[in-house]
Amino acid sequence: MSNPLAYARFELLRTFRNRRLYIFSLGFPLVLYYAIAAPNRNVHSLGGTGISAPLYFMVGLAAFGAMNAVLGSGGRIAAERAVGWNRQLRLTPLSTRTYFRVKVATAYMMGILTIALLYVAGATLGVHLQAGNWVAMTGLMLVGLAPFAALGILLGHLLTSDSIGPAIGGTTAVFALLGGTWFPITSGAMQKIAEALPSYWLVQASHVGLGGQGWGTTGWIVVAAWTVGAALLARHAYARDTQRV
Amino acid sequence: MARSGGIELRGLEKTYASPAGPVHAVRGMDVEVHEGETVALLGPNGAGKSTTVDILLGLQRPDAGTVAVFGGPPERAVGGGRVGAMLQDGGVLRDLAVGELVAMMAALFPRPLEVDEALRLAQLSGLSDRRTERLSGGERQRLRFAVALVSDPDLLVLDEPTVGMDVESRRAFWSTIRELSGRGKTFLFATHYLEEADAYADRVVLMAQGRVVADGPPTEIKAIVGSRTIRATLPSVPLEELERLPGVTHAERRGESVALACSDSDVALRELLARHPEARDIEVRGAGLEDAFVQLTADQQVPT
Repeated sequence: MSNPLAYARFELLRTFRNRRLYIFSLGFPLVLYYAIAAPNRNVHSLGGTGISAPLYFMVGLAAFGAMNAVLGSGGRIAAERAVGWNRQLRLTPLSTRTYFRVKVATAYMMGILTIALLYVAGATLGVHLQAGNWVAMTGLMLVGLAPFAALGILLGHLLTSDSIGPAIGGTTAVFALLGGTWFPITSGAMQKIAEALPSYWLVQASHVGLGGQGWGTTGWIVVAAWTVGAALLARHAYARDTQRV
Repeated sequence: MARSGGIELRGLEKTYASPAGPVHAVRGMDVEVHEGETVALLGPNGAGKSTTVDILLGLQRPDAGTVAVFGGPPERAVGGGRVGAMLQDGGVLRDLAVGELVAMMAALFPRPLEVDEALRLAQLSGLSDRRTERLSGGERQRLRFAVALVSDPDLLVLDEPTVGMDVESRRAFWSTIRELSGRGKTFLFATHYLEEADAYADRVVLMAQGRVVADGPPTEIKAIVGSRTIRATLPSVPLEELERLPGVTHAERRGESVALACSDSDVALRELLARHPEARDIEVRGAGLEDAFVQLTADQQVPT
């Protein structure tokens, strides 16, 4: 019998052997975190909110870094397509469903690893949270990463290895900016735009660690809609993607 | 109706859009490959070989015509793990060792070979632990061969399989093909090397400009495309006279030199020297596949 688990194991193995991955995907948010949070480690109430600077930046960068890491599957897919490997896979009994599951699992592993690293970094700067808070925040962030897992696969099958880097960088920047990752968005038209983006809800999920309320109905609907929409487009892109690149 | 074994392509047509207008990659292909046969798809670059291969593997849909692999659509044969292929211009995944990549692909199939056996067949036994990004071009090609055969497929489709291999690798590669062929596997390989088609195929399908121009045993095909050309400096002899020489099919003049396309260059050369001893700078060479195809398609002397 075929053995999709063995296949998935090799897929993970090769992902974790890629050194650029450690430097950019995992290293970047970590370096950024220490650069921003370490000088402010004794700020215990950021802007009078009662939230410490190390905690505030930890959750923000965990959300941003995880989004980046999960979208990164697109870069790996584009590289595989560049050597014709998507065509080679079509000549195996590998089902579309299994292909997607393995890609999503790999992307999530990267996202989870990023979040875990930021938590450890936060702890080194004195961040303390109740166990229930850690779990609630992490759980909701993992749900919030679903649209990005689908978007990563979609971009990977639409773009070439030359164009995928800037495309994912730009996507991340726009999502981060409009979704309120860098600056809190609290009112007006910007708020309306932000609420329609999955990145906004990912940030809201991370703010559960700051005592936030998580998602209301709107949040769940927006995240679900982006996930389903991107997944359908990704499946369509995958189905069409049998030509030489 | 397709029989239960082998491949049957009927009336295939495929046109691509391109900036310079539509490209008719395949225009009316009919090919049959029986179970256990080794067939070469021979033709110059741009003849439509790779498009035909893509269609028969289910990677592209034809605009018209039908494809049957083992009596059903290509997707069914592929889904059952019965088809292995080396595609053109392919590379390999990085960040894995040779043995790991083969094991990874083996995990997708219902009844794969042992990884060591696949590596042995592809002459990669000593390289199992080497990272794929450190392989030479020829080794990478052999790894792609190992990936194609690790599923123990009934049909192997190889698109320009020996490109990038050195002479020794080529010889070993073809001896493996012979070994597998002896086990009843069906092979279809695309090539633009006449020598490979001649030496290793039971049958050669000759393609030019998206059509089959000849289909027969290698000796027959060799007679068609293996013609030779005699070149000589011979200023004053009229072309009509040269064309009447035995063994010469066609004569052309370029300045002082003439080019004689021959059906039998030995006879033609003896006669040329007997009648025109002043001929000098004589050269005899194989016409090459491209020349042969140009002639075949231009003259419409297409045997069937």
